[in-house]
Amino acid sequence: MNDHHPADHHAAGEEARHHGGHEHQAVPSDLALRVKALESLLVDKGLVDPAALDALVDMYERKVGPRNGARVVARAWVDPAYKERLLRDATAAIAELGYGGAQGEHMRVVENTPAVHNLIVCTLCSCYPWSVLGLPPVWYKSAAYRSRAVIDPRGVLREFGLELPDDVEVRVWDSTAELRYLVLPERPAHSEHLGEEELAALVTRDAMVGVARVTIPPGARRP
Amino acid sequence: MKRPDPPSGAGHPEPPRLPRDSDGPTFAEPWEAQAFALAVTLAEGGYFSWKEWSAALADELRAASGRGEPDDGSHYYRHWLAVLERLVAAKGLADPRALRVRKEAWAEAYRRTPHGKPVVLHPSEAE
Repeated sequence: MNDHHPADHHAAGEEARHHGGHEHQAVPSDLALRVKALESLLVDKGLVDPAALDALVDMYERKVGPRNGARVVARAWVDPAYKERLLRDATAAIAELGYGGAQGEHMRVVENTPAVHNLIVCTLCSCYPWSVLGLPPVWYKSAAYRSRAVIDPRGVLREFGLELPDDVEVRVWDSTAELRYLVLPERPAHSEHLGEEELAALVTRDAMVGVARVTIPPGARRP
Repeated sequence: MKRPDPPSGAGHPEPPRLPRDSDGPTFAEPWEAQAFALAVTLAEGGYFSWKEWSAALADELRAASGRGEPDDGSHYYRHWLAVLERLVAAKGLADPRALRVRKEAWAEAYRRTPHGKPVVLHPSEAE
């Protein structure tokens, strides 16, 4: 069995050993070896296709990321009919732009308004709208965020630098394996002159999780 | 699910600070990406449902927290891997002993292979 996975060249914290005058390979970490054992056994049994594994990793490392979600948000901002479809049936509206869920999960988009601010979390594990946001950031997976987002959402938002007025209602949405949420942030003021692409560039991952607003850099404002 | 705003000023103990990150690399190390892809591929192949996966991962995170392990997100893929090994055993896809034997075989293959040469298992090791 041949093995050329890049993991071979990333063995963390181990030195290549000198043995009989030859430089030998660094043995990967215990965790890396466990994954390797699992993968090679499952491949040998024909249960997984190594090409499919590589394609998945490539897709999540390079192609899927918050940019997909940003395009969904920008389209909703410029196209009222799209926004209506998005809020009514997010799974279908997101699929219109070519983004689909790997796990067949349903999507729901929740809209921020001057009166309502939405925040998404997964209290049990880390369900996250992968197809539009890529993989979750480390804080989203932390016990601190998972518990505190529900107990004290305003405190969490404050830590992210977002101070909400008392009269803004905060809604917290707990994702599951079957239903995942995406926040449709408010379109920033003074952005009327920007096109869809320019708007998409302003939309951040944090804004679509609900821990930030979309802001427009002063330089991009129309004088 | 909508939850009401909690009352402010409730007497909670000092909450843990949230870990932060930038839009950095998706996976900290290559093995994390491989473990991620294995779980998704097995679920897509119908060997377990994503709901089963999420429930098992939630159990593991809860258990890890009970053991006092850091649950700041940095050990996330360690837990992911532990769930994967357990679920694969429970579904009869690969038993723990075979995994241990295979892991040792890989370690040995690295030790005997000169630098720059592909690391391969002998056919007898891949049984």
